[in-house]
Amino acid sequence: MANGAILPLRLESVCYDTAGKRLIDALSLSLSSGPRTVILGPNGAGKSLTLRLCHGLLAPTAGAVRWLGPGGAEAARRQAMVFQRPVMLRRSAAANIDYALKLQRIPHARRVVRIREVLEETGLTPLARHAARHLSIGEQQRLALSRAWATAPEVLFLDEPTASLDPTATRAVEEIISAIDLSGTKIIMTTHDLSQARRLADEIVFLHRGRLMEQRPAAEFFASPATAEAAAFIEGRLQW
Amino acid sequence: MNDISQALHMALTLLIQLDAGLVEIVRLSLEVSLSAVGLASLIGLPLGGAIALFRFPGRRALAVLLSALMGLPPVVVGLLVYLLLSRAGPLGVLGLLFTPTAMVIAQTILVAPIVAALARQVIEDLWAEYREQLTSLGAKPGHALWTLLWDGRFSLVTAVLAGFGRASAEVGAVMIVGGNIDHVTRVMTTAIALETSKGDLALALGLGFILIALSLVINGAAFLLRDAARQGH
Repeated sequence: MANGAILPLRLESVCYDTAGKRLIDALSLSLSSGPRTVILGPNGAGKSLTLRLCHGLLAPTAGAVRWLGPGGAEAARRQAMVFQRPVMLRRSAAANIDYALKLQRIPHARRVVRIREVLEETGLTPLARHAARHLSIGEQQRLALSRAWATAPEVLFLDEPTASLDPTATRAVEEIISAIDLSGTKIIMTTHDLSQARRLADEIVFLHRGRLMEQRPAAEFFASPATAEAAAFIEGRLQW
Repeated sequence: MNDISQALHMALTLLIQLDAGLVEIVRLSLEVSLSAVGLASLIGLPLGGAIALFRFPGRRALAVLLSALMGLPPVVVGLLVYLLLSRAGPLGVLGLLFTPTAMVIAQTILVAPIVAALARQVIEDLWAEYREQLTSLGAKPGHALWTLLWDGRFSLVTAVLAGFGRASAEVGAVMIVGGNIDHVTRVMTTAIALETSKGDLALALGLGFILIALSLVINGAAFLLRDAARQGH
């Protein structure tokens, strides 16, 4: 954490178009360190796009994504992302983590220690030498989490991290997310799963059709949604 | 019919006895083709990967050109290298014409586009899968290129083997720039051409068997490697 925090993150009237269609429409919001933020909404709401715009994988058609903290200039290397379907490199589990650490120019001795730590914390130590692509999807997702966690990012984006997992693997992933949160990393994740949002969220960003409908503390959001769309979504009767 | 069975018999005898002349020819063939494939891979793998990864003007044209060059006629490549290396040519001072080095140069030119075009395909598919993850991890395109070449190694070996198949089977280029000189530049394909026209079918057939066996081994290896790749390491 050399040069101060990169948060808060501010989106200023961000729009994203593809093939002439506006998928994200004038999205403005601010995310600060602390609460676990869950971006919630039905399929097609623009949750994953929003995450990719925040992480810099996509450039907004209009508007701006700004890291306002004193370390903002270094934002790119102080954030990480875990995708819905993890992409594992064709090497061992440990080597996958080593790859991420090498890209951050972390010296060998520290890499070895860090790899051991994160494998331990995610329960993957016995699988360290296994080929990453031979692990089950649940194990791969845990490995993706340790790979992202290894670099001790200030912000971790998670795009529907449990969407392809069974309940047991989902619980394991949620526990790891909580541990990463406790270690001081800001969690920003998307989900369409209401019960998961209830379990994990401190703050809800509710999107619908590429627009921001609500950004509120989770307890408030679930107790008394302010918009008709959010109320309908919570009751499971939001029509697209 | 009798001729053929007699030739077959003699060919097998040559093979079993490991006839010195035959061994010499096989060894030179392998040396030339393996060197050419090695060089062509050093050029073709990064080149194909770069075309897959980097966006630059003329990228598509280059990809089309590479695909077209895959079918380059060996005799034409032989002729071009001959013109370059002949006494009066721009590289004539090097005195390389009718040496194994000239044959390596010609085959490298022949094989590099094959390796590059196939590598481009492999790396392009891989990049589609890896792009967001590698970008997220902070890999610059230059770094990503080496990552993809390594991760695509099983599929890329088949590209290299395809190149080797081409090099070991062609006769036109090595004939022109090598000259088929006994003990110096005679390789399997040129020897087969010569011995057949001379009527010495035994040696020609023996070499033919070896070529076919080589091609079987290469394709078998390619098959096994593709299987290994599908299992995904």
